[in-house]
Amino acid sequence: MTDSHLAQVNIGRIVAPLDSPELADFVALQPEINALADQSPGFVWRMVDADGMDATGIRPAGNDALLLFNCSVWESVEALQRFTYHSDHLRVLSRRREWFRRMTEAHQALWWIPAGHRPTVDEAMERIAMLRENGPGPQAFTFRAPYPAPSEAARL
Amino acid sequence: MTDEDATFDMLAVLSDPVRRRLYRYVAAAPEEVGRDAAAEAAGISRSLAAFHLDKLVEAGLLTVSFRRLSGRTGPGAGRPAKLYRRAEGEHAVSVPPRSYEAVGRLLAEVLENAGLDRELQAAARAAGAAQPDGRADDVEAVLRARGYEPFWDGETLRLRNCPYHALATEFPALICGMNLALIEGLAPGQWSPALNPCPGGCCVALSKKKTH
Repeated sequence: MTDSHLAQVNIGRIVAPLDSPELADFVALQPEINALADQSPGFVWRMVDADGMDATGIRPAGNDALLLFNCSVWESVEALQRFTYHSDHLRVLSRRREWFRRMTEAHQALWWIPAGHRPTVDEAMERIAMLRENGPGPQAFTFRAPYPAPSEAARL
Repeated sequence: MTDEDATFDMLAVLSDPVRRRLYRYVAAAPEEVGRDAAAEAAGISRSLAAFHLDKLVEAGLLTVSFRRLSGRTGPGAGRPAKLYRRAEGEHAVSVPPRSYEAVGRLLAEVLENAGLDRELQAAARAAGAAQPDGRADDVEAVLRARGYEPFWDGETLRLRNCPYHALATEFPALICGMNLALIEGLAPGQWSPALNPCPGGCCVALSKKKTH
């Protein structure tokens, strides 16, 4: 097996507070979708807040209550892609504009980590910043411009 | 030979009606198809089916794999059967030349960047409902006519083909949401379409609403 894992972070600005009626469906779907991720092939780890259920309590940019943060680790780009776009998670994605504001800057980043490493909030936010500043590269990339894992690159 | 010439040559293989029947059968089948089943579906002999199926493989429209249908392995399990399925990739020609694919990608990119998912979904739902076949009772026939290649998986009507495959791969959330809304628009009230992706096929599946 590979000794690299894929980390992903995405942030999203919700249209109203989590306890508002606008976000009710989104909040209600969270347990199901998180359980689905946990059981997906290639899933390694996801960051959870102090409650231990999901990451909705994590606020990366200090006191901004409307900026949601999500970070997880997968065995491969394909595994993450299968969960994101070819599972029931797609149901959430197709309704994203009901719950999230459009972001003009990059709001998702992928990067390779040594297997066993657990990204921190700061590390994840740094990857988004890298993507915003430099565009996709080996240090921070996207589904549309993926980079191979370091071990794979070494074997080539 | 230009790319367009190559595509014309490939599609010319389908001008034979027997081959077209075989191709349609294999392409719409939920699983790989053996020679016997294909021959029966096309109403021809096994050897003629084998001949035409291999022409379709040569043209790059079908691909082949070998598997023992008995499920047994080892000596005495028999020879593996030659199985056919639709090849990946899509081929389109337009006379005169038109490039709606390039336009589609450009429009999708703009919609994606502008975050116009809900506007697109509303338009798709209306377009589905407005079509002349939109309220036809036979939703299976309506979907088949639109290229979805429906098949029954127990109580669920699944769709073997995504008519928007290339765009859906590039803009999944946008295009799959649009596709769902379109099918919601054209399916009669007793159906509930939902996003329920099946491998290789369309992300939408339909089930009958429970009546109480």
